Amino acid sequence: MRAVSTFLYRRPAVYVLMLLIPPLLWFGTVYLGSLFTLLAQSFYAIDEFTAKVVYQPTLATYEQVVTQPANVDIIMRTLSMAVAVTIACGLIALPIANYMVRYASPRARAFFYVGVMLPMWMSYLVKVYAWRLILAKQGILSWLLDTVGLGAALEALLRLPGVGGPSLSASYLGMFIVFVYMWLPFMILPLAAALEKVPESLLQASADLGARPVQTFRRVTLPLALPGLAAGSVFTFSLTLGDYIIPSVVGAPGYFIGMMVYQQQGTAGNIPLAAAFSVVPIVLIMIYLTLAKRAGAFDAL
Amino acid sequence: MRYRRWNEPSLGARLAAYAVLAFMHLPVLVIVLYAFTTADRTYEFPPPGLTFHWFEAAFARSDIWAAMRLSLSVAAVATVLAIVLGSLTALGMARGNFRGKESITVLLVLPIALPGIITGIALLSAIKSAQLDPGFWTIVAGHATFCIVIVYNNVVARLRRLPHSWIEASMDLGADGWQTFRHIVLPQTATALLAGGMLAFALSFDEIIVTLFTAGHERTLPIWFFNELFRPRERPITNVVAVVVMVVTFVPILIAYRLTRRGSA
Repeated sequence: MRAVSTFLYRRPAVYVLMLLIPPLLWFGTVYLGSLFTLLAQSFYAIDEFTAKVVYQPTLATYEQVVTQPANVDIIMRTLSMAVAVTIACGLIALPIANYMVRYASPRARAFFYVGVMLPMWMSYLVKVYAWRLILAKQGILSWLLDTVGLGAALEALLRLPGVGGPSLSASYLGMFIVFVYMWLPFMILPLAAALEKVPESLLQASADLGARPVQTFRRVTLPLALPGLAAGSVFTFSLTLGDYIIPSVVGAPGYFIGMMVYQQQGTAGNIPLAAAFSVVPIVLIMIYLTLAKRAGAFDAL
Repeated sequence: MRYRRWNEPSLGARLAAYAVLAFMHLPVLVIVLYAFTTADRTYEFPPPGLTFHWFEAAFARSDIWAAMRLSLSVAAVATVLAIVLGSLTALGMARGNFRGKESITVLLVLPIALPGIITGIALLSAIKSAQLDPGFWTIVAGHATFCIVIVYNNVVARLRRLPHSWIEASMDLGADGWQTFRHIVLPQTATALLAGGMLAFALSFDEIIVTLFTAGHERTLPIWFFNELFRPRERPITNVVAVVVMVVTFVPILIAYRLTRRGSA
């Protein structure tokens, strides 16, 4: 035993290798193996008559994804939703993150951190379901709006072309609300972390030099919080792009990338098309990451 | 113009912050309330009446129990796998620098950085290519992959704070590698390991995005729930199951939260 431990202590490389071999075997075979199979599948195509996969490398499936108008529509719809959700999360997260970091007493700050983290960890599916209840035709939201006399405003909103629908739980507007709710903590937490790093002396100096709170916020706090905002937006953007549960539980008839992947592998049995579709969010996320990196998103992680 | 101290929030800012916090907790209240409603056809609010009846009805359903058992066993096996492989990874990665460490770090971020649907469809295409039968073990494989990362993140953070001099001191005082691990490393990292395990369990129990691809004909509790959303047999029972899922995932998360707080204090 002693000889073994001395040997391992003297040769850290052997020690590290021994530790890492089992997990790396797992990740190498199960995870990377799967990812490469997926990538390989996307370069095959399905024979339209036999509905069987033809194992011959081709770019036909990718061509189908980026040229067929219906597929381009799906990509654009998902992308616009991801952008809208990211912007909304940023706008809502900024005041609350700023308040909890800057103004709240230590006790209140701890309360806020727990208050933001608990809903984030709450069962994903149950949260989505809860929103279906809230947004339903006779649900809480319409009851609340009726009670305060805004029922007609909701009706008018739902009649809007594009975002409306028969009820909030079957409209893009409702889906948007649910997405924003679901990913809000992922924006608040990195933003709060970035704001914690802003030195108070800068804010004091700004106030001393005569800036009003709004001016200080816009000219001092906001630029310094940008890395946190960028980091949070990576989460909100990527999570929205890949989700297929929310658009199928709450939402309008239009398809999203995730739903397309799920449907193509399932009922349609077209794994190559599903694989090629799933590469789209990866590419979009990589483009977004390069943009976010330029904004310094990873300094805050 | 009214003058305000630089660090004093406006009433509006305070109200907005608390309003957002309340908004974030709204679904919890809704789920709990709806489990007791007497309305069984609509999502009517306010509920016409309150009852315990649906808890009894859900308790008597064998399909729910079967799904629950499957979810619990998948989560248990995935957690054990994650604890073993995750802590091995953490022990290996916490020490020193070696070639390829950067790439391993990237590899360990991927399962949680890429959207779950990609893990799901990737596993499915691998399962189909290898002509495996999807079932219990393919669900476990999918869950373990991201659970390992959760455990690893928790443990490696703690290990980095463990001074290397403690290990050297222990060895200098004549302890062998196993004794050092047993008396120095393990007590220092036990809470982080347990917290990671708890989080892994909760995540696995609740997982749907990857599971829908890897489950084949098996039905975990989230899959049962998901199917019920589209072909409801009894809506109020779905509400009761929602509360149950919420509680089962919440308890380990609360424990994990307490463990990590005490550990870092």
